[in-house]
Amino acid sequence: MTGFSYLLPYDFSPITLLSYVLVLGFYGCGLLLMVPEQRPGSGRILVFVTGVLLCYGVMQTRFDYYSQYMFFVHRGQHLVLHHLGPFLIALSNPLPVMQFWHRRLKLGQVPLLRPLAWIYRVLQHPLVAPVLFAGLVYFWLWPAIHFDAMLSRQLYWIMNWSMLLDGVLFWWLIFDPRSPASGEALGYGKRMVLLAAVAVPQLILGAWIVFSRGMVYDVYEVCGRAWPMPPETDQLLGGLLTWIPPGMMSVLGILIILRRAMYASDSDKTLKPASEGSTP
Amino acid sequence: MTPSALPHRGCTIPALLLCWLTLVLGGCSAAEEAWNGKDIQGLMPELEFQLTGTSGEQLTAADFAGQVRLLDFGFTSCPDVCPATLSSLNKAVSLMPEDLRNRVTILFVSVDPERDTGERIQSYVQFFGSNIVGLTGPEPSLRALTRRYRTTFGYEEADANGNYQVSHSAAVYVFDRQDQARLLLRPDLTPQQIAEDLTRLAR
Repeated sequence: MTGFSYLLPYDFSPITLLSYVLVLGFYGCGLLLMVPEQRPGSGRILVFVTGVLLCYGVMQTRFDYYSQYMFFVHRGQHLVLHHLGPFLIALSNPLPVMQFWHRRLKLGQVPLLRPLAWIYRVLQHPLVAPVLFAGLVYFWLWPAIHFDAMLSRQLYWIMNWSMLLDGVLFWWLIFDPRSPASGEALGYGKRMVLLAAVAVPQLILGAWIVFSRGMVYDVYEVCGRAWPMPPETDQLLGGLLTWIPPGMMSVLGILIILRRAMYASDSDKTLKPASEGSTP
Repeated sequence: MTPSALPHRGCTIPALLLCWLTLVLGGCSAAEEAWNGKDIQGLMPELEFQLTGTSGEQLTAADFAGQVRLLDFGFTSCPDVCPATLSSLNKAVSLMPEDLRNRVTILFVSVDPERDTGERIQSYVQFFGSNIVGLTGPEPSLRALTRRYRTTFGYEEADANGNYQVSHSAAVYVFDRQDQARLLLRPDLTPQQIAEDLTRLAR
């Protein structure tokens, strides 16, 4: 295989490609059209684009092939889709760009979007969001469901998209750039509790996979591996990827929020504009 | 995310619920009927392929229409998995009621077209039974077929004598007489268990 062919999708999904083009297109056009004072700095743009491209890379390049036929690569794919990619996207604070389009397209006046806003509020409830976040990891790693998801093309796409969208929702809730003092965003303490709460079940699940003696996920055995590797090694590596990095992401998230909370109390608890408080 | 992605959020939950329901309902009906193999009805597309037979003829799924077809990937230099699978499948067919045996065709697809000539595949499958059809094709056709059934194969580095291992699916895909994907036979099934499933599908 040539270098370029590694960048081509293994299983081409027009909807996925279109979604990414639209996200980057709206972001790019928004940057060009909005007033310079509100425009995010180049560092934040870089973080946003990196997050989006990382997610695209694990879904629509050769990486996806290895994710389908190696358990540990699959865990790496979900680590990017559920954690790293959305983490960067939310951290880059694209809120000013979203607000720009919200004003420009008068989205507040579209009645069709109202139920969506309602669903959004339910999903972002501090009791719902962490259950959904950790629950999805458990759901798709439930052995019988995992087997079916890896066999069915449709389920496979639903799995990856649900992980990505839920990842974006959760990390957006955590890194919401609006100050809790404004009443619109979750308090810093609650955010830190949520991060700790989602880490624990993932640690347990990862450790369970690592210390399982038998083969928990035999679909990779049944359907052939991308390259010959002992199944135990594959499962062990996959378990470690489920166990350790998500915990580290939570710790990193807590540190960022802690810094933000200290910064907020230092600046005399004044209400900050939405475009600030976004730097890591 | 930009507002363009907003509609997805609304779709996720119903889509998830739907898929959960499908799984639960699918699980219920499977429990009712209790197949020995893994029920894959609705999970995979119907049987479709275009490959080369052992005499060089082009064969498609239509050439075996009306048959229960067992799709098995392998290669003739395979040391353990393929011979075990083929003899187990053949044993299973021989355990079926006599009048149903000729409704089953085993399709052995070699994923090693470099080494496996038509002649070689023919003598290999003949050794295991009479209702086994040997097939292969150029690598792109084989890649397309394995991708369709969400499996893969890979080649190891060749040793000094030019011998190499090929990794491939250890499971057998079962399609019913209407071309629908029905079962996935894991390697741990006994010929008796396979025979029970095949008999039900062949009726």
